[in-house]
Amino acid sequence: MGDARPISRPMSQSASDLLTLTREGLYCPLGRFHVDPTRPVERALITHGHADHARAGHGQVLATPETLRIMAVRYGEDFCATRQEARLGERMRIGDVTVFFAPAGHVLGSAQIAIERAGQRIVVSGDYKRAADPTCLPFEVVPCDVFITEATFGLPVFRHPDTRGEVRKLLDSVALFPERAHIVGAYALGKAQRVMALLREEGWDRPIHLHGAMEKLTELYKREGVPLGETPKVVAADRKTLHGAIVLCPPSSIQDLWSRKFPDPVTAFASGWMRVRARARQKGVELPLVISDHSDWPDLCRTILDTNAEEVWVTHGQEDALVHWCGTRGIRAKPLHLLGYGDDGEAEPDPGQDLGQDPGQDPRMEEASA
Amino acid sequence: MNDFAHLLDRLAYEPRRNAKLRLLQDFFAGTPDPERGWALAAMTGGLTFREAKPALIRALVEERVDPVLFALSHNYVGDLAETTALIWPGGTEEKALPSAGEEAPGLGHNNPPPSVPTLAEVVETLATTPKRDLPRHLSRWLDALDETGRWALLKLVTGNLRVGVSARLAKTAVGALGGHEADAVEEVWHGLKAPYAALFAWVEGRAERPESLNPAPFRPPMLSHPVEEFEDLDKLEPEAFSAEWKWDGIRVQLAGGRDRQGRQVRKVYSRTGEDITEAFPDLAEAITFEGALDGELLILRKGRVQSFNVLQQRLNRKAVTAKLLDEFPAHVRAYDVMAAEGEDLRGLPFAERRPRLEALVRRLDHARIDLSPLVPFATWDEVAAARADPASAGAGEDADAIEGVMLKRLNSPYLPGRPKGPWWKWKREPYVVDAVMMYAQRGHGKRSSFYSDYTFGCWREGAGGEELVPVGKAYHGFTDAELQKLDRYVRNHTTKRFGPVREVAFGRETGLVLEIAFEGVQRSTRHKSGVAMRFPRVSRIRWDKPAAEADRVEVLERILARGEREIAPGATMEASE
Repeated sequence: MGDARPISRPMSQSASDLLTLTREGLYCPLGRFHVDPTRPVERALITHGHADHARAGHGQVLATPETLRIMAVRYGEDFCATRQEARLGERMRIGDVTVFFAPAGHVLGSAQIAIERAGQRIVVSGDYKRAADPTCLPFEVVPCDVFITEATFGLPVFRHPDTRGEVRKLLDSVALFPERAHIVGAYALGKAQRVMALLREEGWDRPIHLHGAMEKLTELYKREGVPLGETPKVVAADRKTLHGAIVLCPPSSIQDLWSRKFPDPVTAFASGWMRVRARARQKGVELPLVISDHSDWPDLCRTILDTNAEEVWVTHGQEDALVHWCGTRGIRAKPLHLLGYGDDGEAEPDPGQDLGQDPGQDPRMEEASA
Repeated sequence: MNDFAHLLDRLAYEPRRNAKLRLLQDFFAGTPDPERGWALAAMTGGLTFREAKPALIRALVEERVDPVLFALSHNYVGDLAETTALIWPGGTEEKALPSAGEEAPGLGHNNPPPSVPTLAEVVETLATTPKRDLPRHLSRWLDALDETGRWALLKLVTGNLRVGVSARLAKTAVGALGGHEADAVEEVWHGLKAPYAALFAWVEGRAERPESLNPAPFRPPMLSHPVEEFEDLDKLEPEAFSAEWKWDGIRVQLAGGRDRQGRQVRKVYSRTGEDITEAFPDLAEAITFEGALDGELLILRKGRVQSFNVLQQRLNRKAVTAKLLDEFPAHVRAYDVMAAEGEDLRGLPFAERRPRLEALVRRLDHARIDLSPLVPFATWDEVAAARADPASAGAGEDADAIEGVMLKRLNSPYLPGRPKGPWWKWKREPYVVDAVMMYAQRGHGKRSSFYSDYTFGCWREGAGGEELVPVGKAYHGFTDAELQKLDRYVRNHTTKRFGPVREVAFGRETGLVLEIAFEGVQRSTRHKSGVAMRFPRVSRIRWDKPAAEADRVEVLERILARGEREIAPGATMEASE
């Protein structure tokens, strides 16, 4: 897809012919498909496997092979009627448009979706990051006319630090408190496996213990060829013996009774939100680890410039600041108020967690999952 | 500075005392002088310099960042220092930003990267720099520090550094470097100056114990253990003890001595060793001796002890005006002596210290210092009777200012800290009310997964009929098993959520009654009910009691009225009664 950008197009065609907003989410009328729809639709193109983007119950699903396998693990093999694999970079004709997928660097299998017709190209980036991640392919810049960007961390206060330093913080704490278990809250898809891979890169060769809710997806990552080492599932009765262990669990479990049975637990949370102290405190986090699978502010700005887009549509997150910044750069921009995505990022309910058990968690914080 | 900042960052998130201690020890052991000494000074309130105003910080950041983006960010983060720390362009973690146009002139690539300031450099510069140079230094430091460093620096220079560590804990950590108790550090503390090189040299065994240069040093006080129930006393022999009133005031230490020029030095210390002399010139004036008295700070009017309420109006005042001194005359009721006539008396048994104390107070013959009387008794039953009714046991009009009795072993020396055995405090029975749980909040540390902090209310006649109004908040008094039940109750009866706080169902027909024990009632402008309890805790959970039968606010108001039978300032005894 590294081809030169098409130059000519009929003046009559506007971006909204290619992509428009419906009740279900983004819709391409000329191709008769939705992108990441939040309700069941005839035909869905899915950027990645997080629950707010990939839902069960669609007729036909087109996504990368990894995303399809992730959806099958989460929702069962019958998550849709028919599925179709999208190979990265391969152009596909759907209705009156051409579509191709390009890596987004967000989680395993995550992709941007480019939609073209008559020399015009729109790129739906889904969630993306530019930082290195050993568990997925790096983001690829796709030049385009209209770029649809997320804005989870769309404020200049968000500059994610080097992940190595954050993992060192965790390992230093384990060294200082070798008798205490370190419970790390991390999203079951992507974040958890990235934290495991980063720990391995930093030389942690002891087992990384997993909450039951992380097991299946971690096994999937291993099957997909991501080496994560030994990752035993925590046996409830053994919790009190796990002195000095690193334990990964879904964010909602760090404050659960489940985590209190470990020896004097240190509560950590791997998330871009941990950059803001008040957010970390509200969650009762003692060891905030600023590790995010989303772009930080400089990377959002950089990516917009890299795509050379004339127009930017800003979705879920802090739209205002990014729209303002585009204005200062002479780039047309508008917020796109998509419903159904987490206001604060990936609204990802933890599969395998009984959500009814703790309805009282501040809903904003439940969603603050990046 | 970055190391110190990262320590502060960890401490701010760490709720456990022992873990804080470990972090502190780790820092002190691994950080060189004078950096660690300045850090210790910052944590013990020992730094003084010109503070930077928020407007200055805002101006600095708006020179560098689009004000619209800054405003949106500040709105989101909610804290000026933190927003500035996060948004400051440049810095050590900066990536190649495409937004070069937003950077300040002078931050160009031709300049060498600024060197990371040490805490020592920051503190020394702030102490000596003229005001007009402050922005220049600040922006240079902010350029050089990482995000956490910038945050700590901004908190420090704006005078908002809240460490989450007491001075005592910091001293404990320093002492532990050489196996010394915090009290040993306290003993030499007042002779020392930041950055405390001599202190670190001593605890690390590289030098002699620093000579205390303070002729009137603080001496760590001796503390007592509570008598939980009458049966506790069965193991103790009454003839081995002395009894006295436990006053409802503030424990202080009056220390006097002579400096090298032979001038009298007068010090008033709080129970934690804080020098509060300047707040109490009326007491300092009475320190004409060389020695140290241990006693209770009270407000006396016409010879009568006033309630804790009144004392509070004298405490924590920044400006000590003539009017304040006149309306709230401070007084010390002495109950022990640690040193007299330059002699350390702490090794003597109580039975020998007491006559020395009596002699000293008699010799002083000062209206502001008197003796806490002994309460005569032969059996524990007699002590129990005195405790139940101090007025009839000799306390007379001052009975309301008594919160129990102290029992002191006659043969015990004055031991700093809280040794088990020699001193006992036996508090009066607390007040109790039945109140209804209204709100619950998650606790901290081990309890962070539980709703363990409860706001409770009592009934009153409101505009729309009977209503519950919050009267206090309690977070202890129950067992772990009870906590689990309370937590489940909160989760199952939640009606609204406000961030970390849940509102539970309450009303005439529904609600959980908590029996709350407390030590007294104060007026409060913060609480809607107008009253606030002292030391409230849950004494029983009344699963059986209907919410409609909980107590009324008037019960608290009556207790408040009792405590307010003090003499109005300037009034005569007759007029007040």
